[in-house]
Amino acid sequence: MAAKSDLPQGTLDLLILKVVALGPVHGYAIAQRLQQVSRDVVQVPQGSLYPALHRLEYRSLLAADWKETGTGREAKFYRLTRKGREALESETASWQRLAEAVGLILGLSEGGAQ
Amino acid sequence: MSWWHRLWRREEMEEQLDKEVCFHVDEQIADLIAQGHTPGEARRMARLAIGGPEQLKEECRDARGTRWLEDLWQDFRYALRTLRQRPGFAVVALLTLALGIGATTVMFTVINGVLLKPLAYPHPDRLVSLHEQPANGDEWPFSYLNFRDCQHTSLSIASMAAWKNRGGTVSAPGDAGYVDGREITAGVFSTLGIPLDRGREFLPSEDRPGGPPVAIISYHLWQSRFAGGAGAIGAHVVFSGTAYTVVGITPPGFQFFADADIFTPLGQNTEPTMTDRAMHPGINVIGRLRPEVTLAQAQAEMSLIARQLAAQYPKADAGRGISVKPLRREIVGDVRSTLWLLLGAVTMVLLIACVNVASLLLARAASRERELAMRVALGAGRGRLVRQCLTEGAVLAVCGGALGVALAALGVRPFLTFWPGGLPRSGEVELDWRVLLFALGVALVSGLLFGLAPALRAPVRELESVLRAGARTVTGSSRRLHSGFVMAEIALAVVLLIAAGMLGRTLLRLSSLDPGFNPHNVLVARVALSSDTLSSPEHVRVAWQDIIDRLHHTPGVDSAALADIIPMGGDTEEIAYWTTPTAPPPNQAPMALLNLVTPDYQRVMRIRLLGGRFFTDQDRIGREPVVAIDDALAKRAFPGHQALGSRLWLQFFGPMRIVGIVGHVRHFGLGADDTAGLREQIYVPFAMMPDEFMRLTAASMSLTVRTTVPPLSMLEAVRQQVRGQAPDQAIHEVRTMDQVVSGTLDPQRFLLLLFGIFAGLALLLACIGIYGVLAYLTSQRVPEIGVRMALGATAGNVLWMVLRQSLVMIAAGAAVGLGGAFAAGRLLTHLVSGMRPTELSTFTVVTAVLVAAALFASYLPARRASRVDPVGALRQE
Repeated sequence: MAAKSDLPQGTLDLLILKVVALGPVHGYAIAQRLQQVSRDVVQVPQGSLYPALHRLEYRSLLAADWKETGTGREAKFYRLTRKGREALESETASWQRLAEAVGLILGLSEGGAQ
Repeated sequence: MSWWHRLWRREEMEEQLDKEVCFHVDEQIADLIAQGHTPGEARRMARLAIGGPEQLKEECRDARGTRWLEDLWQDFRYALRTLRQRPGFAVVALLTLALGIGATTVMFTVINGVLLKPLAYPHPDRLVSLHEQPANGDEWPFSYLNFRDCQHTSLSIASMAAWKNRGGTVSAPGDAGYVDGREITAGVFSTLGIPLDRGREFLPSEDRPGGPPVAIISYHLWQSRFAGGAGAIGAHVVFSGTAYTVVGITPPGFQFFADADIFTPLGQNTEPTMTDRAMHPGINVIGRLRPEVTLAQAQAEMSLIARQLAAQYPKADAGRGISVKPLRREIVGDVRSTLWLLLGAVTMVLLIACVNVASLLLARAASRERELAMRVALGAGRGRLVRQCLTEGAVLAVCGGALGVALAALGVRPFLTFWPGGLPRSGEVELDWRVLLFALGVALVSGLLFGLAPALRAPVRELESVLRAGARTVTGSSRRLHSGFVMAEIALAVVLLIAAGMLGRTLLRLSSLDPGFNPHNVLVARVALSSDTLSSPEHVRVAWQDIIDRLHHTPGVDSAALADIIPMGGDTEEIAYWTTPTAPPPNQAPMALLNLVTPDYQRVMRIRLLGGRFFTDQDRIGREPVVAIDDALAKRAFPGHQALGSRLWLQFFGPMRIVGIVGHVRHFGLGADDTAGLREQIYVPFAMMPDEFMRLTAASMSLTVRTTVPPLSMLEAVRQQVRGQAPDQAIHEVRTMDQVVSGTLDPQRFLLLLFGIFAGLALLLACIGIYGVLAYLTSQRVPEIGVRMALGATAGNVLWMVLRQSLVMIAAGAAVGLGGAFAAGRLLTHLVSGMRPTELSTFTVVTAVLVAAALFASYLPARRASRVDPVGALRQE
């Protein structure tokens, strides 16, 4: 069985929101896209993808409709709600701030400050 | 999607979840096949990637956040299923709870209607009632002149109004018949804030001597005598011989201190008592406070006014205060303590019911221990099990509560009709949302009470030993808990039983007391004299004498007399007396009860004559004024010397010769007379009443008739003799003295009845509880008993072993209960008149009864235990 996600806590939700923001999409496609875009760096453990989707839906960040796919099967398509879009923006901003800060700290040269 | 949506469309949600997971797996398989894997391999890889589909679904369900509700729903259905599986248990538990909750709800419904609900007038908290207050703190009705002065002077009370009882005969339109009425001042209705149904209330110009005769009639009288016709306003109604013009009609159902059908202006009353400031002719005063004024401010102002009045009219008002209190307290009177007492008693029954259900549940939980342990082993959390047990309790409680509310809805009305003397505000007693809320609260609290015990015992540790031991051993903690239950039940039952026992003994003692007269075969009734006689005092005297004479010659009548006051009838008249020619300062003379009677009164009532004589027809105005006194007054006013022949000065009457000493009559009832503040009695011949009071007697006198046959069989004959030649002369409020005397014990009898029922229920429930607990405990010990018997224990040994176990519980419970009963006894002594402090014999008898009943309940399981077949018992192991 796949190990738990190596992603930092809370990142999975952010990534899902970002993928869904591009347009209505079903669960399998989200997993595929995450994997492709990250060039296989991010392996989304499927065991956490669906609970995360349901949690986001329960928190009204995502909404879902049943629609036919290109192959003619019914699938559950997730889309971003307005609340979800706001959450995505603020999460993205705070992630970027964090990433910059981490980058700054990691960029420190050994031997101390000037 | 809202939370209830998720909950109610659970199946749809499940289906969709399943579909979503399937879709994912299928897509992945398709992709894998497209990448060149064989179908079988693809399926395996897809499965591996997603993990267990059931675990995945479970995690998704958790993520929804409505998990607790779904669990609750599941627990709820599970609870219903387990209840259905054991219908016997369910019926017993539900009935027990329904009884407990039902009885509690009935009591609360009454308390809610009588004590808690605001009065049905606008801004009821501004309404007050006022009384004059003599130095001893009693509450007296107002004297009319004092009322008028207060009404004009007071600033804190926006409007003040007064009323006085006045019953009489309405003779037109329709047949002559007695109705209850009130004399009221202008402004009663506006003070209460109740608009009339039609017409208007009295004008100040009508509320004074010589005003035009106007009346307000009740909606009921309007319907019955005017058929609800629009022409009633302005029509005439003949009341006590006077034609009154109807100016108003009260709204339907209007109650003003009980029902009244006709209202006339108080200011038109010209009786001498109205113009004498020292007289208190039963005038009740209500008022409405100004919006910003507090009760304390109003009280302060009225006290000031009382001091001014005392300074201005020392003869009448010296030492008098004025009390202001909320109108609600005046209307509700002294039932408050009785009601709370009953609620307390009924709560004890409910507690016993809860304990019973708890012990039933616990016994069942213990036999389900293996099931619970299994569930823990399969991963159920302790919180989850506790929640499930509590849900079961709540389901039972809410079902029991619903049944209880249904019982209460049926039971409230019959309960009210049993209330002795009628309960104030009983019309406002109904099942409203407050009652339903209360019942729900009670049900949930009881559910928590009895659901908690099994919940806390849900197994968490030593699962393995529980699973292995099976349902056959009883752990120490379970046994302790069960004994605790039994002890609690016994203790509660002891308190109720002793309270009932005390009430029963009090009732027996009081019934055997000598009332001071012989109540058998005596008929009493009020008489409304014909309006024709009211024109002159002489006519009134003649009318009374005629009635007495006619009755004397009626077969079946032994003797007949008139009396101003009927003993134990609820009315009193007080008069100041002194024993030396110099009168004491105003309002400081001792008081005694006064009764104006005709000569045969002592013969009718069979009051003992202890010395001298009673009155004769010669004792009338113009002869030497005479009185008869009771031995209580003789002892108090003439300590150590001869009262007979001495002189006694009476307020209004002057010096009187004491010609007779009679036995004391328990005027305030069998129970209350001993502790009454004022007991001494003075009898004055009716014929010595001055003329100016004669008209007053037309309404106030009662007829007393001793018969030689059962008194009620004489009713028609008496009615005819009283009517005589005057068609509008009628009797009303007919009672036998036996009814009057027994009525004085109604409160005690009523309490005894209820406490008897409660105690009986408590005893029954406690016995069922003991039986259940012991049957359970012994059934769990069957293997142990088998071993004991195999090792040589006799049936007697085993019997004794089980009985000893229950005796310990019973004794401990009884000890706790006796302490509680002692406290309850003290409370009852305060609340019930005639109650003596707890007697030892009551305690002994009641405890014996209880122990016997409890032992009987434990004997059955004990006997069963003693008949255990050792071989069979050991084989079970």
